[in-house]
Amino acid sequence: MELFVTTLTIFVLAIFVGFEVITKVPPTLHTPLMSGSNAISGITLVGAVLSAGTQHTTLTTVLGFLAVVFATINVVGGFLVTHRMLGMFKRK
Amino acid sequence: MPAAVINFAYLLASALFIFALKGMSHPRTAVRGNLLGALGMFIAVLVTVLDRRIISYEIILAGLVVGAGVGAVLAVRIQMTAMPQMVALLNGFGGAASALVAGAALAETIHVGGAFGLQLTVATALSGLIGGVTFLGSLVAFGKLQELITGAAVVFPGRHAVNAVFLLINIALCVFVVMQPEQLLWYWLLLAAACILGILATIGIGGADMPVVISLLNSYSGLAACATGFVLQNNMLIIAGSLVGASGIILTQIMCKAMNRSLANVLFGGFGAQAVTKGDDIYKGKVKAASPEEIAMLLENAQRVAIVPGYGMAVSQAQHAVRTLSALLEKRGAEVFFAIHPVAGRMPGHMNVLLAEADVPYEALKEMDVANPLFPQTDVSIIIGANDVVNPLARTDPKSPIAGMPILDVDKSRTVVVIKRSLSPGFAGIPNPLFAADNTLMFFSDGQKAVNDIINALKES
Repeated sequence: MELFVTTLTIFVLAIFVGFEVITKVPPTLHTPLMSGSNAISGITLVGAVLSAGTQHTTLTTVLGFLAVVFATINVVGGFLVTHRMLGMFKRK
Repeated sequence: MPAAVINFAYLLASALFIFALKGMSHPRTAVRGNLLGALGMFIAVLVTVLDRRIISYEIILAGLVVGAGVGAVLAVRIQMTAMPQMVALLNGFGGAASALVAGAALAETIHVGGAFGLQLTVATALSGLIGGVTFLGSLVAFGKLQELITGAAVVFPGRHAVNAVFLLINIALCVFVVMQPEQLLWYWLLLAAACILGILATIGIGGADMPVVISLLNSYSGLAACATGFVLQNNMLIIAGSLVGASGIILTQIMCKAMNRSLANVLFGGFGAQAVTKGDDIYKGKVKAASPEEIAMLLENAQRVAIVPGYGMAVSQAQHAVRTLSALLEKRGAEVFFAIHPVAGRMPGHMNVLLAEADVPYEALKEMDVANPLFPQTDVSIIIGANDVVNPLARTDPKSPIAGMPILDVDKSRTVVVIKRSLSPGFAGIPNPLFAADNTLMFFSDGQKAVNDIINALKES
C-alpha cells in the first residue's frame, strides 16, 4: 500500500507538470506536439522489451514480440515524423 | 546492471521527456526538444536491454527491426495532408502495445506463481480497457480520415443503449480480472470487449469532429502507458504516460471550446449525421459568382489580405499555390496574414503544418484571437475550403447547431472571396449566409485550380 501511494504521488505530480508544460505550447505546434507526445507514449516499449527478452512462456514471448513491434513503430514513426514536420517551421 | 543504475537512467529519461515537451513551446526550440525526447527514449531502451533478466535477444531485435522499419517508412513517406491519419494510427499502436505488455505481465505473474497485488490487477484491467479502446478506436478514426469507411457519423437506433451495454460488459470484465487474475481468459475477453467499445465509441462521430477524437485518443494512449507503468511498477512509464495523457486532455479541451460544444456532445451527439438544410431561400438571387480576373483586380488594390484555410485546402493540396499567391501579393506591397481557426482541418494544428510545408513563415499564421480584430481593417479575405468556422449564424442564430461557436469574423472585412466547389453545406449541415452577403464573391472551383487561376490573372494584369 505504501508503495502504491508513492507511485500515485509520482503520477499526480507528473500530471501537474504535464498541464503546466503543455499549456505553453502555441497552437501552431499542436500537430507536432501530438505526434511528439505520441512517440513518448511509446515508452511502453521498455515493458515490451522485458516481456520479449525474459521468455517465461511462449505466450509472453509472443505478446512481448508484438508489443515491441507496435511500440517501436510508435516511437520511431513518432519521433521521425515530428522531426520532419518541425524542420518545415521557418521564420521569415 | 544494478537496479539503482537502471532507475537513475529512467529518471534521466523522464527528465528528458519533460524537456522535450517544454521545447514545444516555441518553433525555435521544438526541434531540439524533439531530439531530447528521442535521446530519452534511446537511453531508456538501452538500459532496459542490458537488464540481467533478459536471456535472449533475437526476439527483441526482430521486433525492433520490424517496428523501426515500418515506423521509418511511414514517417518518411506520409504526406503532410495525411498527418491526422498518421497520428491516429500511431495512437492506436501505442495503445495496443500497452495492453499487450499488461497482458504479458499478467501471464508472467501467473507462470511464476507470483502474488497478485491489488495494484497489479486493477492496473492490468485498466491497461487492457484503455489500450483496447485506443487501438480499435484509433483504427476507426484512421479509416474515417483515410476514407476507407464513411466519414459521416454512423448512427443507428438504440446506439446509446448498445454503447451502455458494452460499457457495462467492460466494467464487469474488469471486475473479473481483478477478482480472478489467475484466469488469463478474463483479460482476453476484456481486451476483446474493449476493442468493440472502441469501435462503437468512434463510429458515431463525424469526420470534422476528428480533431477532438484524435486528441482524446492521444490522451488515452498516454493513460494506457501510465496504467502499464502501474502494472510494472515503473515510474518512468507513469511519468511519460501522464505527460502524454495531460497533453491530450488539454488539446481535447481546446478543440471542444473552439466549437462551443461539450465533450459529451462531440462523443455521443451524432453530430454530422443530421439532415442537411439546403438554404435555397437564403442563397436565392443573392449569390454573386466572380471570375479570377475580377478577384485579381480586387487583390491588386488591396493593402491587407487575409487567407482563411480549411480542410478543403488540404483536400485539394492547395497549400503551395496559396503560398505562391501570398508571396506575389506581398511583392506587390500588400500585407498578407493567415487566419487559422483552432478546429480548421482534421487535427489540432493541421493547417499550420501544411502551410509550414509550403514555406509560409510561422509569424504570418494568426490565431483566431489575434486575427479577428484585424478583419475590419482587411480589404480582401480569401476563404479556401473553410465553411462552418466562418459561418455568421454561429453569432446570430441561437438555434443553430453551431450557435455560440467562436468564428473567424471574415464577414467584417471589406470584401470576402470564397473559393468553394459548390454551395453545399459544411459539416454542420447548415447553409452559410456569408455566401449570400453583399460583400461576398463566390469563386466556384477546386481550391488549387482556383488559386492558380487567380495567380495567373494577377500576373497578366
